[in-house]
Amino acid sequence: MEAVKNLEAAGKSHSVSKSTYWAFLILGALALISLLYIRTNIYYMYIVVYIWFGVAYGMLLQYGRFCIASASRDLFAAKVPRMAVVVLMTLVFLSIIQAILAVTKVSTPFFQPVPAGIHLLIAGLLFGFGMVIAGGCATGSTYKTGEGHGTSLLALLALIFGQAIFVTLGGPLNNLLPQSWVQAAAAKVPSDKLSSWYDTYLMGYVLDKPTIQLSKTGFIANTFPGFAKYFVGDALLNVILPAVILLVAIYVYAARKGFIKKRRKAKGSAGFSDELAGIWNMLVQSKKTIFIGFLIAVTIGLHILVAKGMLDKFGATNFGELLARMDHKEGLTAAGKVFDPGYWFMTTQQTQLGAWLLDKIGLINVKDSVFFGLLNGIPAPWDNPSLWMLIGLIFGAMVTALASREFKFHPPKGELIAWGLLGGLLLGIGSRLGLG
Amino acid sequence: MAMKFEKTGDGTYSLDVCGYTCPHPQLYTKKSLEKMAEGEILEVIFDNPSSQESITQMCNAEGHEVVESTQDGSRFVIKIEKG
Repeated sequence: MEAVKNLEAAGKSHSVSKSTYWAFLILGALALISLLYIRTNIYYMYIVVYIWFGVAYGMLLQYGRFCIASASRDLFAAKVPRMAVVVLMTLVFLSIIQAILAVTKVSTPFFQPVPAGIHLLIAGLLFGFGMVIAGGCATGSTYKTGEGHGTSLLALLALIFGQAIFVTLGGPLNNLLPQSWVQAAAAKVPSDKLSSWYDTYLMGYVLDKPTIQLSKTGFIANTFPGFAKYFVGDALLNVILPAVILLVAIYVYAARKGFIKKRRKAKGSAGFSDELAGIWNMLVQSKKTIFIGFLIAVTIGLHILVAKGMLDKFGATNFGELLARMDHKEGLTAAGKVFDPGYWFMTTQQTQLGAWLLDKIGLINVKDSVFFGLLNGIPAPWDNPSLWMLIGLIFGAMVTALASREFKFHPPKGELIAWGLLGGLLLGIGSRLGLG
Repeated sequence: MAMKFEKTGDGTYSLDVCGYTCPHPQLYTKKSLEKMAEGEILEVIFDNPSSQESITQMCNAEGHEVVESTQDGSRFVIKIEKG
């Protein structure tokens, strides 16, 4: 019996070292890829930065058990406020980081508000349905692929190919577009560039919508001049106050009843101080995840700083310019750029990968489209920094999952196959309609 | 079907949701507990790390007691007494 126990212990210890070995092997392979890039050309240091920020995001998300799908559905279906609280707190941290970056005038064209309109509501609904069905948002499905979840892998594949097909659909669909969109789009780009309905949607509708940023409104800019407009307008009024109101509402809806019941049982009554204690208790219930949310916000800020700093160092404004200097001109936009968000972004590079692969096997032709040809480019995967961030994120999550012996490949079965694919498709459609 | 909910003995049940990602493990746990009587035990087996804390918090909020919580690699087991 003792021998069996020893064998079991030996097996466990062997299993631990095997997982750790794989974790180091992955990190070593990424380090080797980084060295090869830097040896090829110093401009590729930019891609290396994206790889390792991707690894950092993946590690933080996996270690912190981040799950935005849980934030919405757990709250309403199971009255568990944990992730809803964490997501709101992360947004608060991020709004402060954003204000600091605005003060220092360090930002990227992608760290800005998107055009506002009814399309955001539709996009949000589809994305919300998608993440609950798939069991993860676009980022969640990506990092859970690194944990070994086959359902998440299917959702990721549906995101990659679904978005590519969605943005290139044309033919009869073009006839369903409102005439006003067609005319507005044709006034901006030659009609031969409007190859899909999505191109017309972008040029004839979405990009005409206004963007709203409180710090840039006359009232806020005049009332709170200088640095204050970023902290008061963009952080306090736009994020922190709404977050506080939502947190109080979440407390009343999901956490108050149980907490106050316990207080009344212990003390005989419960007053205002107990309500405040209840809110505090809700906020600190997931200390680890909230701390990780803070670290994610800081990492995003650092990523923006480092990416901007590197471009300044190389005398460029976009990685496409560096690719052109290396004579890699295929896949650049007409202006010589590529999609280069400068921080955490997930869905556009998924679309690029799907379209690049489908284009290579001759199923679609996308280079002349507005979405790829004018706005984002479609570089080869090895020349695509944001795609490397996605790859880094998967492997970063895999490393922490391996290190904690949580990695295991779970092939999707039965209904999970349909959920993964359908959820991924809805996530993709929602993200493209809402621009990310 | 990957999800398996079954009676394993007198007043004891098992819910196997391995392969499911959140929010499904916590929701199946909630639905399973609704089918049980007070004092009965539910053993939940899952492999989605982010569900562990959510299931524990759901039990606290709804008055169920987590009597045992273990992890063996990617496999998590939580025993819950319905309150």
